[in-house]
Amino acid sequence: MLVEGIKSRPVYAPLTPRPGCLHLVVANDEGALAVADLAAAAPDGFLTRMRIIYVPGGSASADHGARLGSLGAASFTQVTSDSVAMAAFGEALAEARMGTQVYAAGTENLIGQVVEEALAAGLELGAIGAEHRGSLERRVQCVHCKAITEHVTSQPVTCSGCGLALLVRDHFSRRIGAFQGVCIDAEEPGTAPRPRAVFA
Amino acid sequence: MTMATTAAPRVQVPKLAVTVTEVAQITPMIKRFRFEPTGSVSLPPFSGGAHVIVELQDGESLRRNPYSLMSPPSQSSSYTISVRRDDAGRGGSLFLHRDVRPGHRLTISRPVNLFPIDWRARRHLLIAGGIGITPFLAQMVQHETAGSDFELHFAVRERAQGAYLDELEARYGDRVHIYCDDRDERVPIGRLLDEQPLGTHLYVCGPAGMMAMVLSSARSAGWPEGSLHSERFLAPASGKPYEIRLALSRRTIRVTEHQSMLDAMEAAGVDAPYMCRGGACGECETAVVACDGKILHNDEFLSTEDKASGRKIMPCVSRFEGTALVLQR
Repeated sequence: MLVEGIKSRPVYAPLTPRPGCLHLVVANDEGALAVADLAAAAPDGFLTRMRIIYVPGGSASADHGARLGSLGAASFTQVTSDSVAMAAFGEALAEARMGTQVYAAGTENLIGQVVEEALAAGLELGAIGAEHRGSLERRVQCVHCKAITEHVTSQPVTCSGCGLALLVRDHFSRRIGAFQGVCIDAEEPGTAPRPRAVFA
Repeated sequence: MTMATTAAPRVQVPKLAVTVTEVAQITPMIKRFRFEPTGSVSLPPFSGGAHVIVELQDGESLRRNPYSLMSPPSQSSSYTISVRRDDAGRGGSLFLHRDVRPGHRLTISRPVNLFPIDWRARRHLLIAGGIGITPFLAQMVQHETAGSDFELHFAVRERAQGAYLDELEARYGDRVHIYCDDRDERVPIGRLLDEQPLGTHLYVCGPAGMMAMVLSSARSAGWPEGSLHSERFLAPASGKPYEIRLALSRRTIRVTEHQSMLDAMEAAGVDAPYMCRGGACGECETAVVACDGKILHNDEFLSTEDKASGRKIMPCVSRFEGTALVLQR
């Protein structure tokens, strides 16, 4: 159902330490494992300038939070939801200066929001790293009513704003931090296929 | 790449005919030249950071040197440039200083900007050294009009050798910071890099050593490439004469000691592309068909890998030592 080769589809790479005065890390779920790998590869002095915001989830029974808490970062904050994490990230960005590096790890749902917020705060893409781990769930914007539907795992998905059945495309908006969803049965309403879990 | 038998025709951008209407001695080493259009047409507007190529017919030799425009970008009645006399150079600046007077007619290129303001930036940190101030003079007029947040840090050897210091201080006040070498004042680059808010972009223009120091300090402080802007025109290096073969034109030409490869092609009537003539823009990139010898890559455009591959050359500044060099030109 997905069109292949859409250029805006984000491509992720393993987090690697970069020079900087402050390393702001936002992660959820199995993104914790990417953060642990980042810390293991970090040069001297990196951890004392590293601040971690983490939302447990996914294989949470493994208690990734405890592992991140013991890395020795300058600060470690565990919160209960992506939205609380984003609020904490926003506060940290408000005080940040040039030389700050941002690292996002976990679901694309979270990564999209972190990148969007960082760009809006004035960071360049070159100062933002993102590594996808864990669930394939997506954040989707309805192109019709513009509502954002979070944690989308099915194809098609029902829009949380207008209720249309949306085909989730690979077309990604960096500005909004979301994939685009387009009405799948516009010509013949009511003929949408049954949702299947494809972004599990 | 397939071998073409003829070079693709290039679109000829018309050049500008200008007359020098004012020559002012700004410091013992720097002169300012005002160009007005010869005839009635006005000059095209440009954007701060743009340069023009000035064609200098010095006896037998034609030199084409890039100079940043320093006049207000929206001013179409005249352009001004400032030229530092380089006694050790190939002679372009000496010719301007010694021989060019009001009334002199010149041909210049249309403006090209390889050092534009990035308007996405929330703040602009400008760092200039010596004659590197010129592109910033035009940019700052635009910043002032746009109401953008900017700050200039300008290093000069000594107060008397610094161009436009009084004008800058009078016009821009405490947004201008001047540092004199002879008073042991240095641009506090470490502190400046540390205290900038997110969204700041850095622009640097000046001597090679200063630019390298500023850019490497910024990179190690975590400033991403997208926030760094610099411009440096290299003067083509002189060297031993050599011959090259031009495959498309089916010509063998000689490059003399003080000519660049590009100068030699032009002198032989070969129409080669160029924009900056200073190893910065990449416009003159030429494929190497065969090479028996060593290419002396002097440009700042090609990547280290490209230079090592020996398949590309920037003829505006690079030279050759060896027995045979064949170019796709």
